Amino acid sequence: MIRETQVAMREQSAASRVRNFDEVPLGYTDEEAREEAARCLQCKKAPCVQGCPVEVDIPAFIGQTERGDFAAAAATIKRTNNLPAICGRVCPQETQCQGVCTLAKKFEPCGIGRLERFVADWEREHGAQAVEPPPSTGLRVAVVGAGPAGLTCAADLRMMGHEVTVFEALHEPGGVLMYGIPEFRLPKDVVNYEVDGLRRLGVDIALNMVVGKTITVDTLLSEGYGAVFVGSGAGLPRFLGIEGETLIGVYSANEFLTRVNLMRAWQFPEYDTPVKLGRHVAVVGGGNVAMDAARTALRLGAEHVSILYRRTRQEMPARVEEVHHAEEEGVDMQFLVNPVQLHGNDGVLAEAECLRMELGPPDDSGRRRPVPIEGSEFLLDVDTLIVAVGNQAHPLVPRTTSGLNVTRWGTLEADDDGVTTRKGVFAGGDIVTGAATVISAMGAGKKAAAAIHRHLAGG
Amino acid sequence: MHQILAKQALGPEIDEFQVEAPRVAQAAVPGQFVVVRLHDRGERVPLTLADWDAAAGTVTLVVQAVGKTTREMHERYDVGDGVLDVVGPLGEPSVLVHEGTVLCVAGGVGIAPMYPIARALKQEGVRVIGILGARSEDLLFWVDRMREVCDELVLTTDDGSVGRKALVTEPLAELLGAREVAHVWAVGPAVMMKFCSATCSKAGVPVTVSLNPIMVDGTGMCGACRAEVGDRVRFACVDGPEFPGDQVNWELLIARLAAYKEEERCALDRYRRMVREAAS
Repeated sequence: MIRETQVAMREQSAASRVRNFDEVPLGYTDEEAREEAARCLQCKKAPCVQGCPVEVDIPAFIGQTERGDFAAAAATIKRTNNLPAICGRVCPQETQCQGVCTLAKKFEPCGIGRLERFVADWEREHGAQAVEPPPSTGLRVAVVGAGPAGLTCAADLRMMGHEVTVFEALHEPGGVLMYGIPEFRLPKDVVNYEVDGLRRLGVDIALNMVVGKTITVDTLLSEGYGAVFVGSGAGLPRFLGIEGETLIGVYSANEFLTRVNLMRAWQFPEYDTPVKLGRHVAVVGGGNVAMDAARTALRLGAEHVSILYRRTRQEMPARVEEVHHAEEEGVDMQFLVNPVQLHGNDGVLAEAECLRMELGPPDDSGRRRPVPIEGSEFLLDVDTLIVAVGNQAHPLVPRTTSGLNVTRWGTLEADDDGVTTRKGVFAGGDIVTGAATVISAMGAGKKAAAAIHRHLAGG
Repeated sequence: MHQILAKQALGPEIDEFQVEAPRVAQAAVPGQFVVVRLHDRGERVPLTLADWDAAAGTVTLVVQAVGKTTREMHERYDVGDGVLDVVGPLGEPSVLVHEGTVLCVAGGVGIAPMYPIARALKQEGVRVIGILGARSEDLLFWVDRMREVCDELVLTTDDGSVGRKALVTEPLAELLGAREVAHVWAVGPAVMMKFCSATCSKAGVPVTVSLNPIMVDGTGMCGACRAEVGDRVRFACVDGPEFPGDQVNWELLIARLAAYKEEERCALDRYRRMVREAAS
C-alpha cells in the first residue's frame, strides 16, 4: 500500500522563524527519508529523469536511499549534478521531475527534491567521498561568472580533464545563490560547501575579476584559453519607470537582497554594510525574488509587508511553496494592484499611488493582460518600496566582446548547445534566456560543457 | 589580498596609498574607479583611481578619513598590510577632448582623480588650465604634480592661507569670461560640482563631472547609484561616473548621498569605541 501523501518535512514555525534568518524547512531524518523513498514506483521509463534539466538518475538514487545506502545515493546524484544541496532546495520540482512523476496522476508526487536535499545534506554531514578528476588534458577553458551555469559548466569540464578557471566579478562565488537567495531559504554554508567541492576537484576560481573591465573575453582567448563559457547572468535590475523611483527608500530587489545576503547587512553593525528599512514595506512583483524580498523585510523587523502584484494569484510566477511560506509569515498579498507614481517628503519615499487592475485578454506570454481600472487610484502609506519585477541580461560581456550577436532583449544569441556566433565562445544560463531558474542555467552549463569538450577535441 | 606598498600623508587625515593590483593597473584609463573591501566584514567602497603603474602593478588611491571604512584605512592600514579586495577598473573612461583650452577644476580630494584626467588631456595636446581649491593650505596636495601637467595653475583656499582667498567658481567664472574655453572638468564634493556646472552653463561651456553616489557592487547590478541626468535615470557605476554636469539633478544626488547618514554615524561611533577599548 503506497502512502498517498509525501512525508511532511518539519519546519520552523512561522512565529519563530520571522525573527531569525535560519533555514525554514529542517530536512528529513534518515527514517523519514527512507519512508518517502519507498513511495517511488521505480518506473522503467522514469519520466522524472527527462523532467530534470541535468538528468539526475532519480530512480537509482531514490532506490539507494530507500535501502539506506545514502553514500551511494549521493554518488549517483553527483554523476550529473554537482550542486545537489542547492537544487534540492531551490529547484521548482513541481514543474519538473515531480510534475511528471507517475505517482502524481493519483496521489502527491514522490518528494524528489526533499530526498535530493536529504542525500546531499547527509553527505555534507558525514564527509564526502573524494572524487578523483581524470588526468589533465592540458587544455584550458575560461568560465565567466561563478553562478549556477558557470559552476556546472566548470565542474563538468574539469571532470573531462580540462583545466578550468572561473572568473567571478563579486568577492564570493555563487552568483545569485549568494547575493540573491536569502540565508533562510539557502544557507550560505551550503553554497560554500558545494563550491569548495569544485575547488577540491581542481577548479580554479578567480574572484573580483570583472570580465569586460578587468579583462576581456578577447584577451582570455589570446592568453591561451581554448574556449570561453559566458554565464554572466541577468544581473541588471529592471525598474518600473515611474515618477519618484529615485526617492530614498526605493530599492531594486537586487540592491536590497545584495545588501542583506552578500554583504550581511542583517548583521550590521558587526558587518559594515547597512540596509535602511521603513515600517511599511511594499514589494512590487509576483516572482520568487519578490517573496524573498518580502520575507527578508519581515525578518529585518518591518511592521507591515505587502506584495503588490498586478495580476492574480493564479498568474504568480513564484513557486506555490514560497507564496505559502510568505503568507504564513504574515506577508499581505495585494493582487491586481500596480503602483503608478511614488510621492516623497524631502526626497524620502512616503506614499505609493496605485491603480487597481482587472484581467483582460491574454498577451503574448499566454497570461491574461492586466488592464487598469479607470479612476481606481488610491494611496498606500509606504516608507520602503522594493522593485522585484525582473532583471535583464548583463550587458558588460556582450558589449566588450567582438563577434557576439545580441538579441533585441540584450541576451546573447546561442543555440541549445551554447554555441554563440563567435567560434570558441559559448554561453548559457540567464545571459542567453533572460532571467530563469537555477536548474535551467545548470542544464545549459552542462550542455555547453559537452559542446566545449567537442570543440576542444577539434569537432 | 592586495598588499599596501607605500603610504604617505598628504594632509591631516588624507593619505596616498600604493596598492598592489596588477590586473587593474594594466587595464586602467582616466575617469575610472575601483571598489575596495578592506576585510571580510567590510563594506564595498568606490574610490576613483588617482594613478596607476602598469609596469609596477600598482594603483594609487587617495583617501580622506570621513566614514568608518576610510577612517579605518587611515588609522589601521599601513605598508605591508593587505586590502582584501580591489575590483576594477570600473566605470566608463573619460571622453577626452583633443584641442583648444580645457579647465580642470578640482576641489579637496577631487584633486587626486583629476590628476590622470589632466595628464591625459595634456598628452592630447590640449592647453590645460588647472584650478585647485581646498579649505586651507594643509588640505591642498599634489600641487607640483598638477603643475607638471597644467600649462597654468590657479590655487584657491577658503581662508586664503595659500593662493587666492576664494571658492573655485570665482577663477572659473573669470577664465570662462576671458578665454576661449572648449571644455571644463569639475571633480570634487557634490556641492562644488553643482556650482561649477551652473557657472559653466551660464557661460555656455560644456562641463564634465565625476559623480560619487553610494554604491554597493559597482558593476551595474544593484542600482543604488542611480542618478538623474537629463530626463533619464542612469547608473553612475556603469553609465558613468562622468556625466555632463549641466544635466545632473544635483538636489537628488546630494539627498541620496545622505541617505545612510544615521547608519554611517552608528558604524563610526562603534568603530571609535572599539579602538578606545582596545587601547585601554
